[in-house]
Amino acid sequence: MDPANTAHTAGAMPWEDLVPAALLGTDRRGGAAPEAVLDAAAVHTVRRRAGLRAGAVAEPPEAAPPDERARLPEPARRRLGQLLAGRAAPAPAGGRRGAAPDVAELLPQWLAAAGRHGYKAPASALPALLDAARARTDLRPLALAFAGPRGLWLARQNPEWRFALRGAAGGAALPPTDDTEQVRRLWDEGLFAERVALLAAVRAEAPGAARELLASTWATERAEDRLMFLDSLRAGLSDADEDFLETALTDRSRNVRATAAGLLSALPASALAARMADRAASCIALDRTGDRTGDRSALVVEAPHECDAAMQRDGMVPTPPPGRGERSWWLGQLVESAPLSCWPARLGGRSPAEIVALPVADDWQPELHAAWCRAAVRQGDAAWSRALLGSPSTSSLAERAKLLATLEEDERADWVAGFVSAHGLSEAFQLLGVCAVPWAGPLGRAVVDALDIARDAGSYPWSFSGVMGLAERCLDPAAAPQLEALTTLATESEDASPGAAGYWSEAFQRLVSTLRLRAAMHAELAAP
Amino acid sequence: MSRTGVRMGARARWTPEQVLALAPDEASSSAGSRLGVAGPWSETGCSASGEAVWGRCKGSGSTPYRTVVDLTGGPAASCDCPSPKFPCKHTLGLLLLWAGDDGTVSEGEAVPDWAERWLTGRREPAAEGGAVTGGGTATAAGPADPEAARRRAERRAARITAGARELEQRLADLVRGGLASAEQPGYGVWEETAARMVDAQAPGLAARVRELGAIPGSGAGWPLRLLEEIALTHLLDRAWLSLDRLPEPLAATVRTRVGLTAPASGPAVRDHWQVLAQYDTGDAKLTTRRIWLHGTETGRTALLLSFGAAGRAPQLALPVGAVLDAALSAYPGAGQVRAELVEQFSAPVPAAGPPPGGTTAEAIAAYGGALRDDPWLDARPATLTGVVPVRTDTGRQLQDAAGALPLTPAAANRPGLWRLVALSGGAPVTVFGECGHQGFTPLTCWSPEDPTETVPLV
Repeated sequence: MDPANTAHTAGAMPWEDLVPAALLGTDRRGGAAPEAVLDAAAVHTVRRRAGLRAGAVAEPPEAAPPDERARLPEPARRRLGQLLAGRAAPAPAGGRRGAAPDVAELLPQWLAAAGRHGYKAPASALPALLDAARARTDLRPLALAFAGPRGLWLARQNPEWRFALRGAAGGAALPPTDDTEQVRRLWDEGLFAERVALLAAVRAEAPGAARELLASTWATERAEDRLMFLDSLRAGLSDADEDFLETALTDRSRNVRATAAGLLSALPASALAARMADRAASCIALDRTGDRTGDRSALVVEAPHECDAAMQRDGMVPTPPPGRGERSWWLGQLVESAPLSCWPARLGGRSPAEIVALPVADDWQPELHAAWCRAAVRQGDAAWSRALLGSPSTSSLAERAKLLATLEEDERADWVAGFVSAHGLSEAFQLLGVCAVPWAGPLGRAVVDALDIARDAGSYPWSFSGVMGLAERCLDPAAAPQLEALTTLATESEDASPGAAGYWSEAFQRLVSTLRLRAAMHAELAAP
Repeated sequence: MSRTGVRMGARARWTPEQVLALAPDEASSSAGSRLGVAGPWSETGCSASGEAVWGRCKGSGSTPYRTVVDLTGGPAASCDCPSPKFPCKHTLGLLLLWAGDDGTVSEGEAVPDWAERWLTGRREPAAEGGAVTGGGTATAAGPADPEAARRRAERRAARITAGARELEQRLADLVRGGLASAEQPGYGVWEETAARMVDAQAPGLAARVRELGAIPGSGAGWPLRLLEEIALTHLLDRAWLSLDRLPEPLAATVRTRVGLTAPASGPAVRDHWQVLAQYDTGDAKLTTRRIWLHGTETGRTALLLSFGAAGRAPQLALPVGAVLDAALSAYPGAGQVRAELVEQFSAPVPAAGPPPGGTTAEAIAAYGGALRDDPWLDARPATLTGVVPVRTDTGRQLQDAAGALPLTPAAANRPGLWRLVALSGGAPVTVFGECGHQGFTPLTCWSPEDPTETVPLV
């Protein structure tokens, strides 16, 4: 704002004389009475303020790119406001969470559903959305996808949201994957994050084109970039990638070599897989001599005695981590990388289940089964996963969760339901986490039954708070009516923990109201 | 009666943001959010006209708390929980549940006895008071002893006069010795002078003096700002000391600026008042809530002030973006925008869009003009139509073809700035705010994409 250009001076003194007089003091700056200085300054001040004018116009910012997605229905917009406002709510102290749902926990689900419906974020919610994404890295992909091009435009202007400009969010500016010229230019000139996003996008549309793009500049890429690019071939991996991966086996970088070998071993028809199969087969044999009284076959294991150059070229790591023997370390890598399809032929035409059931000599069983688990996960082999899930030696829940992920959704849910029914909830958390949301009917019923049993047993609900929290987010909202009965206050049995009945009633109330809230959320988003 | 700006037939439920704006503090807001779901509630309902909401909320005790909210007023609420906060978390939770509109709080339910008792009890005194009609005046009961009141007023005026003389003396001394000395460490004259003004029962002068004390620490250019504010304080002193020679409207303004507030005495003006903004300022001792209203028929802008002491939220709270059919009465004084809510005739309804506005040049010119009535005015409300927020080397500004208004430093550092930038996306928006010599403080924004969405920026 410019002060009005006054043609004549106001008051008795010009402003230029007033300021030094007031600043240094009229005693030192000659003569004027302080009152006269103040009178004149008052006139100047009011005059300056009254004469203010609008200032010069600056270069306007580049406009945010348009977002063609549909606008949120009004109730959903209000719900988003509520979820974002509840985001900062601190968790209540102690184990007791009360009967009210934790709205912040529903934000990821809401964002995922809004994304599936193809809505764009309301502009007014973008700052809160970006703040939420900054605070919670797990929210970032969903929040940034929902925030869309205007969210990125906004993030560019605030250093606190710089995180949004890194990584996958750069994908907003990707050219169409069939525009070879633009793809070529971005691949040659783009920033690393843009190139990773581009490669992933092209790979999703045309796996071969992505591989050729990568091969065209492979020799000049930096080692850590080669590793990231190579990893993007994991999506849509096929036998057509084998030649390229074979050349990567001779890469200067050990990590690149290992990644290439890992990818090749996931291709059962590859030459590397065949080499690994030969090596693995020479280590494991069927032994019928152990028990002469019947058909009591067993597996005998002869672990490798060396890790030669050829093995290392195929991605095997020669030095074991501290605390592990060299030979068992090599065996594990061999079996893990060998195609599972080689075993039935090698072991008398047995099925995966029969092979897993065979006794293993000399305590090699944990080592062998663990390697098969890793192979089943890497090769996505449902039959082997099924067999290994049933094996008692597969004790690690983390391994089981990974094996479950190779099964179809329904089978996975059924398996976990069976596990919960048999073993209760104390170990089910990780397994429940890999099941599809909302949980299938039988799985949901098994979890609710198990919670009911835990209540009858007289323990406190916060012993199961992890599963409770998962159930709030994952149970099918249709289960709410059947849960109602559990919200009533049960009479306390003598051996129950004091007050437990009340806490359980509260916990079930929270479960029911969270399910209702989720049902309302989804209904609001589905509204036209 | 025309209904410009009022979306008829729309449900008058609030948005969660509007509800949470009522929360007295962050903890209440969080606790209220957790209660804004069906789980703990029973016997919920709201009247078909949207005037009242009620429900019972299960707490830690065996009997659920009974919560009722009357939405026709500020709003007012009753809850039999022991919380000292107002509104309590149950009230907030109930309003969120109602705002969420997921069918939990259904309309036209029978009012339970306990809610009915409170609602009736609340409305009776209002019915007995002076009924307000369009253009009528609320009749206030006079003081019991007019002669004693006059003597008290005279005594207070005399004390203020003594205070103003003393302040004049101190300002003159300061100019005589030089303002530069005001920056010296341990310069405690402001605090002491402010205390003297409090003793003189001139809170307006005391507040000005306290602000003077903050200027030397306010960064580059402080001596000029200090000189300006000292000069205006001097102007106020002089005006008070010659009050009998001023025209009455200006005299009323001077009395108000010194801190002698007369009750709102203007005629009650009934209109559909659109709530443009609501925000709180203050310190640990006192919270001041400012609510800006725009009369959709009269075109007038009014300011409601409400105060809350020591950690309590001010009682009056209105949902930003709503329109109230209500009567306001203005406070005396030339150019005065402050008013009082006399009566509200029905529950608020959502506004259809922003109020009419103007250009940046018009807004700054209007501020300049308003100084004729009140030279101490720092800023004046203004709606800017079609402005773009732009970042420049010196800061942020709102600009249109006619020119640019810089944002006040405080406004440029508020999180609400990012909502403004996000809504604009580089395109023109409509912004309501306060326009003055320090720049523009945006308070509310409407984007052309959805003009029915009123977005608070504070």
